[in-house]
Amino acid sequence: MNYKIIANVIGRILCIEAVFLLPAAGISLYYGEYGLIGPIVISVLLMASAGVLLLLPKPGPTPYYAREGFVAVALTWLMISIFGALPFFFSGAIPNFLDCVFETISGFTTTGASILTDVEALPYGLLYWRSFTHWLGGMGVLVFVLAVHPMSKGSGQSVYLLRAESPGPEVSKLVPKTHASAKILYGMYIGLSVLQFIFLAIGGMPWFDNLTTVFGTAGTGGFAIRGDSMGGYSAYIQVVVTVFMTLFGVNFSVYYLLVMGKIKQALRNEELWLYLFIQAAATVLIAWNVRSFFPSMGQTVQQAAFQVSSIMTTTGFATTDFNLWPEFSKWIILILMFIGASAGSTGGGMKVSRVLLMAKAARRERKRAVNPREINVVRMDGKLVEDDTMRGIWMYLSYYLFIMLASMVVVSTNQFGVEVTFSAVVSCLNNIGPGFGVCGPAGSFASFNAVSKVVLCFDMLLGRLEIIPFLMLIAPAAWNKRGLHRRYWR
Amino acid sequence: MRIVIIGDGKVGVTLTERLSKEGHDLVVIDQNKRVLQEATTQYDVLTIHGNGATLKAQKEADVGRSDLMIAATSADEINMLCCILARKLGVPRTIARVRNPEYTEQLSFLKEDLGLSMTINPEYTAAMEILNLIRFPAALKRDTFAKGRAEIIELKLTPDSFLCGRKLYELMQLTKIQVLICAVERGEKVMIPSGDFQLCANDNIYVTGSSRNMAALVQKMNIVERKIRSVILIGGSRIAFYLAMALKGECAVKIVEIDEQRCQELAATLPFARVVHADGTQPETLISEGLAEADAVVTLTDIDEVNIVLSMFATRFGVYKVITKINRIEYNDLALKMGVNTIVSPKSISCNEIVRYVRAMDNTSDGSVLTLHRIVNEKVEALEFSVPKNAPYLDVPLKDLKFKPGILVACINHKGKIIIPGGNDSLRGGDTVIVVAKSDQLYSSLNEIFVS
Repeated sequence: MNYKIIANVIGRILCIEAVFLLPAAGISLYYGEYGLIGPIVISVLLMASAGVLLLLPKPGPTPYYAREGFVAVALTWLMISIFGALPFFFSGAIPNFLDCVFETISGFTTTGASILTDVEALPYGLLYWRSFTHWLGGMGVLVFVLAVHPMSKGSGQSVYLLRAESPGPEVSKLVPKTHASAKILYGMYIGLSVLQFIFLAIGGMPWFDNLTTVFGTAGTGGFAIRGDSMGGYSAYIQVVVTVFMTLFGVNFSVYYLLVMGKIKQALRNEELWLYLFIQAAATVLIAWNVRSFFPSMGQTVQQAAFQVSSIMTTTGFATTDFNLWPEFSKWIILILMFIGASAGSTGGGMKVSRVLLMAKAARRERKRAVNPREINVVRMDGKLVEDDTMRGIWMYLSYYLFIMLASMVVVSTNQFGVEVTFSAVVSCLNNIGPGFGVCGPAGSFASFNAVSKVVLCFDMLLGRLEIIPFLMLIAPAAWNKRGLHRRYWR
Repeated sequence: MRIVIIGDGKVGVTLTERLSKEGHDLVVIDQNKRVLQEATTQYDVLTIHGNGATLKAQKEADVGRSDLMIAATSADEINMLCCILARKLGVPRTIARVRNPEYTEQLSFLKEDLGLSMTINPEYTAAMEILNLIRFPAALKRDTFAKGRAEIIELKLTPDSFLCGRKLYELMQLTKIQVLICAVERGEKVMIPSGDFQLCANDNIYVTGSSRNMAALVQKMNIVERKIRSVILIGGSRIAFYLAMALKGECAVKIVEIDEQRCQELAATLPFARVVHADGTQPETLISEGLAEADAVVTLTDIDEVNIVLSMFATRFGVYKVITKINRIEYNDLALKMGVNTIVSPKSISCNEIVRYVRAMDNTSDGSVLTLHRIVNEKVEALEFSVPKNAPYLDVPLKDLKFKPGILVACINHKGKIIIPGGNDSLRGGDTVIVVAKSDQLYSSLNEIFVS
């Protein structure tokens, strides 16, 4: 294990985190929350000094490989969450440190599950930080580091970092250089965010609400600064947010192809169409099911579309409490939670492409069962899908199920009933935010016990990083000397 | 620059490594998913799985938007097809590997249609390098510049050499020959020496100067220089064919080849060479084929290990000059330690040519790279630049110019005259100049060697 390079990566990211926390002090100053500036500055200094300390050992030219990439990513996310929780803790806004960490992990993993019972009581400086963690975590902190600073000249090792953090079954670069790819990804991300800001500003949204909403939408996070989430804003704003949630749930390589003028190739993306189709179908079904809840047809569709888009892209904003909806609609929402957004987007969940590939592979096996001599292959976007990719998906699925079941057993100790336990775990593992019952859009995770909060924290991290990086942390084979440890000699 | 490489074989991989280190945007196309996986994780490149000679793969790789396409698959025909397609897609320049001698003749005829800027034939270039060494066997390595007027040769300082313990500035007084030692390899260390550098026994020195002076130097240093009259080539590869062709009338050539069919082909095309159908890896065979009488042995089998062992055997047997072909240069250091002292690597010679071409392309202004050789086991680059007609550093004595650290101006070619520059010499427009620098710094134009 190349510890120096891992320390170096974490050090850089802590420094960057410190830089991004600094504006929170400015916002506190602007809103006259003078008591908050001290805690924020102390947190910034702690982050920066820890970061600089980790940067001191020079990594040198020693190579690093996939497992260093995975371990670096996993440790990075743990570290930024712990350090990111400091301002909440020091300011006293959230008295329990575990709750602070839960809130921060929920932010960085773009889950949007909150332990706060009254969001509006939180000072502005912390509201900014809470929402900003969504924005940074959405596209990825390591991708950001790769974008601002090329990690290696000429060698391709940095691709391990990109792969470990980007969601989806198969991660490929947009352009030859990792550095340039990361830059393009963030360029498009910032571009879309700015676009949303403009659209919301046209709708007359106050600038601070606008900024935090953009952070929440872009990262597909879901922290809002009002108790009723998006419910209190105008219909125009809700529609804009619906559209942008859907846009941020699309694979960013589609946008790259569109920008490059390769429209045909962009539209050949099977996942894109399935993603849009599922959203449209779910909206129609739910709208029909809840038609008696709203006065007009238009409002019904708009409300259904908002909730569907919010859940499927794993954002977790709400304009209405879907807990009150009929059973049928709730089940559709539950299924959407599992499917999630597209690969290569900022959304979470299992990803549409994984579901699609699993369906295709299942069809192939069925065909093979009927006629064992027939050779069938799985194709996606007109290209052959390698068995390696399929193997990765099956592995992901099996770990996903094991983790989900194990987490449910722990969370069940809260005595909240099957619906709440089930939805709380699904919601965290898929980075959505709200579940059903006490943890629904109108509720919070405050009442869960400490052990289950820890488990849910790990569920959120596992869901965001798609399990493998965290498995590396606990796999003994990753920690001994390249598999050449003494015990293998015997 | 955006460069597409088709074919990730021996040459392809080396090119990927070299060009990605030079900072270019590389796209690699190959049909073997495994090697592509290696390429993405080792180098910062984009890989595309598919047949590079298809429009689909080339479109996916965006060949039309690239600056250069290099076709380096193992098949000449596919490489040419790649070029035609890439040309149609609008790439300005292509480079193809074409090895079959039957095609090389018609290439100049097809050059326009294929948009070929350059063809590479690693076997041919390797044969030419071997030829150079056979003509001047005292050198362990020999690279030429300025159309063959100047060269860099590698010599080993034997403990009895009068140069041992001398400082470099004494060299001119001692020998009265216009030459310059531009790099010294001592054990693992590589140095670009200055004037007060002291030479040691067993140093490997790299000397530049005009070709004529080299012979004089070797004579002065009492290195036994023997004219090579007979050569045994072990392995009847393409290199053997090109080499035998080039050696026609110069010395007696005997080719030992194990495959009968190949022997027949060689015998048919090379009437002046003697082709022996036998297993060249057997010591008895070699001895019975006249190893004792041969002045030189070139090992050209497909397997590096065999070549190394055969070379060690031939050296031990007392053959005056032994040249070893090695493809995997990673282990050169080891081979050199084991007494194999002259190594030729076809793929790295070709890669040098392409890298030089790319650097020259990169730099559209004057002062571009004319020749690029890597010496001291790839650790040092010797570059020949053309001197532009207009530049601030023209006609300024070298002692008044500020060079970047680690740069040595080794030779100036002024209207065909090779000058070893002193502090009072200066660069003049239209000259070419040979510069030596360690290869961790990459220079693509003459302007870059000065402190700005």
